[in-house]
Amino acid sequence: MKGSKKTLEGKPEKHVNRTGIALSPVHAKELIEGAAHTHPSMSGDETGIATVRAAYMRDAEPIGSIPPPTNVKSAAKVFTVERMAVLLDKIGARLAFERTGTRLYQAIIGKVESGTPFEGGPTLERLTQIMREEQQHFELLREAMESMGGDPTAVTPSADVEATLSMGVPQVLHDARTDVHQSLEAILLAELADNDGWAVLIELARSLGHEDLATRFEVALEQEAQHLRDVRGWVKASTLAVSKTARAGAPATR
Amino acid sequence: MALDVLTERGTSLDKQEFDWRDLVRIPYSKLDDDAFTRVRVILMNGIESEAVRFGHAAARVNKPLQLSLARIRRVEHFQQTMVNWLNPPDQNALETTIGFEQVAIEVTANVARNEPDPYMKQVYHFGLLEDFDHLYRYSALYDRLHGKDANTLLQCYTDVLPGRPTSVEHRAPEDDLRLPYDRARADVLTKIHATTITAAEQMTHDYYMTIGPTFADPLARQLYAEIAAIEEQHVTQYECLSDPYETWLEKWLLHELTEVWNYWCCYNAEGNPRVKDIWERFLSYELGHLHHVVHLFEQNEKRDVQSILPKSLPKPIKFESQRDYVREVLAREVHLRANGSEIVEPDEESEASLAYRQRMNAQGSPSEIVAAGWVWSPAGELTPKPTGTDRKKARGAQQEARR
Repeated sequence: MKGSKKTLEGKPEKHVNRTGIALSPVHAKELIEGAAHTHPSMSGDETGIATVRAAYMRDAEPIGSIPPPTNVKSAAKVFTVERMAVLLDKIGARLAFERTGTRLYQAIIGKVESGTPFEGGPTLERLTQIMREEQQHFELLREAMESMGGDPTAVTPSADVEATLSMGVPQVLHDARTDVHQSLEAILLAELADNDGWAVLIELARSLGHEDLATRFEVALEQEAQHLRDVRGWVKASTLAVSKTARAGAPATR
Repeated sequence: MALDVLTERGTSLDKQEFDWRDLVRIPYSKLDDDAFTRVRVILMNGIESEAVRFGHAAARVNKPLQLSLARIRRVEHFQQTMVNWLNPPDQNALETTIGFEQVAIEVTANVARNEPDPYMKQVYHFGLLEDFDHLYRYSALYDRLHGKDANTLLQCYTDVLPGRPTSVEHRAPEDDLRLPYDRARADVLTKIHATTITAAEQMTHDYYMTIGPTFADPLARQLYAEIAAIEEQHVTQYECLSDPYETWLEKWLLHELTEVWNYWCCYNAEGNPRVKDIWERFLSYELGHLHHVVHLFEQNEKRDVQSILPKSLPKPIKFESQRDYVREVLAREVHLRANGSEIVEPDEESEASLAYRQRMNAQGSPSEIVAAGWVWSPAGELTPKPTGTDRKKARGAQQEARR
């Protein structure tokens, strides 16, 4: 069985979670008693941390600026440059997210390929289709950005912040030790954020009079909403599958 | 701006003070600052790291110097802190890695271009083409793991192309040794260059060794393991360039001179005013350190310091793209290998290196796997390559937009 190791004596290695104090009753008692007889090195509470943060916030500069449209003249016909910049920033964010999303689905396809199928779980065909749709959305956004005179190769501030926000998602997906269930939970987080991102982008495009763009984005959102429904279903199914096979003290199944 | 290091005494050691708020500044912007600001921050972090490392090594074998070393090292430590903490938190470890390789390419190319000693120049070319390849491999990783484009960090200054393939850079230890300059005859710029590049490479090695295990992806972990091994070889190569018969005080003097020179180069080139202020302040601090060590040197060695220090600083690094120079070196020297202390043709490689390489690559090469079939393109390989019709359509859309 995968994950089963033998000790030097030839017995299967026992997996023991050592993080809780219940496993060390003697040491835990000493630890708690020691702490109970100790005073903090300084009086006060956690508000001091907020004070330091506030001081830095006063001096801080923005993460970055929004790349200016390469064709300001044409842009100015429809919107003011500033309002258009907000739209380009958000298009840039979705564009980067969809490109990364394509890589995330590539990673989960690899996980599913080497994992054990379970009832109600994702098929490789459906995952491949979603991956292609993520790439098509990236393409759609790239064209939208170019048509508005923006540079689709630039990293916008919103794209940068979203990438920071979701740093943990690829970290979970790429880890050889995580199973399909844990990887699906990572994908769910990404899809939840992505769906909301599209919804806001559509409203923004519409509010700025870009009806044609909003309509094209709505098609993408419909597909993203289906991705979300699928992933939710898979997470639920995988949780049930895990619960059926789980034993106390056993590692997560693959 | 010329700088007379013998008369400019900088800030005296007693006045070099910090507090925590002063040390931890607002970082540069990953999106808005010029890529060379990041290059300078990464370079100077390496220079200060070397200063601290050298200071500790010296203290372990020089009892009479321990107090002076401790006092200066404390300041160097805080200088490194202030500089390294300029890296922004939204710049992840792989992005900083890409910055490290840009330093290795652009600064080494500058150094090679200005290096008066032909043997040293050849050695810098040799290392340059290997780091050039690392940038290509890490850029492929960045694209294939995250769907991101390394050029958003490099800002078009540096090519992303294969160099000497990383898989063939693995050599037996004896083939990483190089010949030193002669301390009595070498140009001071040769000495400064050797200290600078050794410092940068050592920092790169240490950085990869620290962040390599933070990656989840098994291939990324392998790639960092592989390239960290080459950086270790590079440190071996570059540290050989300095004359091993220099005294500890002479080496200390050269370290301080190197720091002065590097801060002076950074100060001359910096466009970010907040960062420029730091380069100016630390240039003055380093002049203070230099003169402290000059005093120790003259007291202990009874030699004229002018036999080592130049009156004015030699040619500075130009922080600008070295694309043409790198391409020329690439075309001419990418096929070369090393045997002992010499750079040789491929058929002259040692059996030891060939056997070592075969053993290390026995189960495949991470650097080859990560970049299989990968060529840099704007926004990454997921972006469809434009066809003739697409280009026509794009031109039409642009014309429409102009109307």
